[in-house]
Amino acid sequence: MNYKYKVGCSIENLKGVRDFIRGALKDHGVSDLQISEMVLALDEMCSNLMIHAHHCNPDELFELKIDVEKDHPVVFEIIDDGSSFDINQFSEPELGNLVHEKRKGGLGIRLVKSIMDKIEYQHASGKNICRLIKKVQFK
Amino acid sequence: MIHIKRLQEDGADIIALIGEIDASSSIELDLAIAKSVGEGFSRILIDCSSLEYISSAGLGVFMSYIEEFNDKKIKMVLFGMNEKVANTFEILGLHELLQIGKDKVQAKKMIDEL
Repeated sequence: MNYKYKVGCSIENLKGVRDFIRGALKDHGVSDLQISEMVLALDEMCSNLMIHAHHCNPDELFELKIDVEKDHPVVFEIIDDGSSFDINQFSEPELGNLVHEKRKGGLGIRLVKSIMDKIEYQHASGKNICRLIKKVQFK
Repeated sequence: MIHIKRLQEDGADIIALIGEIDASSSIELDLAIAKSVGEGFSRILIDCSSLEYISSAGLGVFMSYIEEFNDKKIKMVLFGMNEKVANTFEILGLHELLQIGKDKVQAKKMIDEL
């Protein structure tokens, strides 16, 4: 099954993003804990995109797609036309350094990389496509 | 959306988090903790029993206070997390950097022993 959601880049919309993902995944026999991890990873990706690539401009939209088929990994795509930011190029800071520097950021990328099995980027005709892939257990 | 309630018990400040903390609401958590510190509390309990969701923005707030609390001898214990919220802390290993109790009784015991 394919699910699509278009959303403006206001961080007030993150709740809607999470509800969309929960709604899409809830009837496919995936455990609540795995759903909650994917919701978290996508929240982190979308908030990064809204804040860093689109400066929280609610008039700039991006698209979120979910492809879920039984016994296949779940595939998420985030499609936008802002400046791209490849988290694979970003080495996450050590936890100890985050404590020391009292930084409130940097944890999100660590979460996404811990949760997702694969993160790929593609650029085509002015669009950035970020694909996140997660292997899950189906009941 | 997050609602935050504060109450005091036995000289400790209890900050109850109700709802979801994400990038749009983590500032509320930050302000609540800062207020507690500003009012001079040295024992802070964070009631997570009605916390339904937390993203890295909220986790970062807790992380950002670790050093200051060590320096000022302020003790903070979180308690009452549901399985999903607890899992979020564990993915990052934050359960080893923060004090996390099962329930309020255990959290109070932990804060007295810190």
